[in-house]
Amino acid sequence: MSLLSITALDIRHGLLQAVREVSFQVEQGETVALIGANGAGKTTLLRGIAGSHRPWRGQIRLDGTDITKMPTYQRVAMGIALVPEGRRLFAAMTVEENLLIARASGRKGDWTVDRVMETFPMLKPRRHARCGTLSGGEQQATAIGRALMTNPRLLLLDEVSLGLSPLAVNLVYKSVEALISSGATIVLVEQDLNRALKVANRVMCMLEGKIVVEGNAGTLTREQITDAYFGHQKRARVE
Amino acid sequence: MAFLTALVEGVLLGGYYAMLACGLSFMFGVMRIINLAHGSLAIVAAFALWTIADRYEYDPFLALIVVLPVMGGLGWLLQRGILERSARSGELIPILSTFGLAIVVENVLFECFGADIRSLAPYVGSLAYDSFDLGGGSYIGELAVLTFAVAILLLGGLQLFLTYTPLGRQIRATAEDPDTVELVGVNSRFVNAMAASIALVTVGLAGLFLALRSNFDPYAGSLQLIFAFEAGVIGGTGSLWGTLAGGIILGLAQTLGAHIHPQGFLLAGHAVFLLVLVGRLYISRHALRGFLKARLGW
Repeated sequence: MSLLSITALDIRHGLLQAVREVSFQVEQGETVALIGANGAGKTTLLRGIAGSHRPWRGQIRLDGTDITKMPTYQRVAMGIALVPEGRRLFAAMTVEENLLIARASGRKGDWTVDRVMETFPMLKPRRHARCGTLSGGEQQATAIGRALMTNPRLLLLDEVSLGLSPLAVNLVYKSVEALISSGATIVLVEQDLNRALKVANRVMCMLEGKIVVEGNAGTLTREQITDAYFGHQKRARVE
Repeated sequence: MAFLTALVEGVLLGGYYAMLACGLSFMFGVMRIINLAHGSLAIVAAFALWTIADRYEYDPFLALIVVLPVMGGLGWLLQRGILERSARSGELIPILSTFGLAIVVENVLFECFGADIRSLAPYVGSLAYDSFDLGGGSYIGELAVLTFAVAILLLGGLQLFLTYTPLGRQIRATAEDPDTVELVGVNSRFVNAMAASIALVTVGLAGLFLALRSNFDPYAGSLQLIFAFEAGVIGGTGSLWGTLAGGIILGLAQTLGAHIHPQGFLLAGHAVFLLVLVGRLYISRHALRGFLKARLGW
């Protein structure tokens, strides 16, 4: 059984249909990259899976359990964690407090504040600093660490490189790669195509709310993806 | 010496105002809701304590064991039944609904207890008029000292609770970003209901000291709301130590005002409140100008 299974999902922002009849599966241990232009529906799709945006139609299953109508905080207890776009840290609270908040669901696992500090060594000296005073890279590391503290089975990363310096992006991705090699299941949104192809097993390209190209990172060519990205071809499926 | 006594009295009175303002400022800080029923709910607690003391002859301090949990329960119901629902319709609606609640509460109390003025002072022996001799003919009321001590314990305890406990952290995080807090596994509805319960427990405690230090009747809530509001605004709403400072400034202004002229008590308090308010607006006049431009097109 797939870890995450999505069937004919429609998500709307009022009258605007941001995600249209999207269906896909994510297997345990897989890393899936979602790419697409701004407004293609990537963030909405991730928010729909995490629960912050109620779908209009369709079904979301985690390990066979229907979670479509489950509130966000219960999904966290089931093992879904989203690192939201723009990080959304609690700025007035310290790094450690931000991490400890994520223990709220009480989900069992081996992530502790110390292990997050080891995974992101740059956070060690900033442990008791308020998050508002951190650099972009440190904030992103804290946001990922906070998601990890919920001991997720499925980690959703929304544009973790947004607004970071190239050096900080490298550092953050180094940690993401370490997570991937430790067997984590990840769905990530990434604007940098090279980076997406490098870390992911599978790539899905979205256009106007639909998945237009889906395939293994190794077999899809850059041309196929850029064509889909700009909508030169409709509905190409490459296996 | 009389001036010094007035100073000490003012500070001690400030403790009472801080206790009164604590729940109001806590609710505003966490849920961004101004609870206009705050004063009336303190009167509810006062009547509950009075009933237990009068009818069953229990010590009012002992009666807290029953009344504080009931107030906590009321806070839960208030959040789930009224505030949460009305907050969905915009930020003004919760204020209006708590205003309505205050009117309902006042009239229900009037229906049940009539217009008689009560006090808890007769039920606590000589505590209401005992005092410490400061020497030189100056005395400080024991009740005022007790009130101040309880206020410090309450505010300090709440501050420690918010800083070091998991629920306290969740309350702070929910205050900062109620959507994101759900993404890390926090049930924000539960957290808000707990915060409202805690706020009303502090209201219950304030109700006890209100009833011990003065008289109350079913309509006495609005004046208490004004004092709580003034203390909260002077100290900067949403910060507990600020609330204590605000209470003390208000208490000092009132006592020193009364020291100058018998009519000065309320007048000086309101004057200081207005001064702080105008000062704030003056400092943030750019913000005000922006607001007027955006809202009214000036």
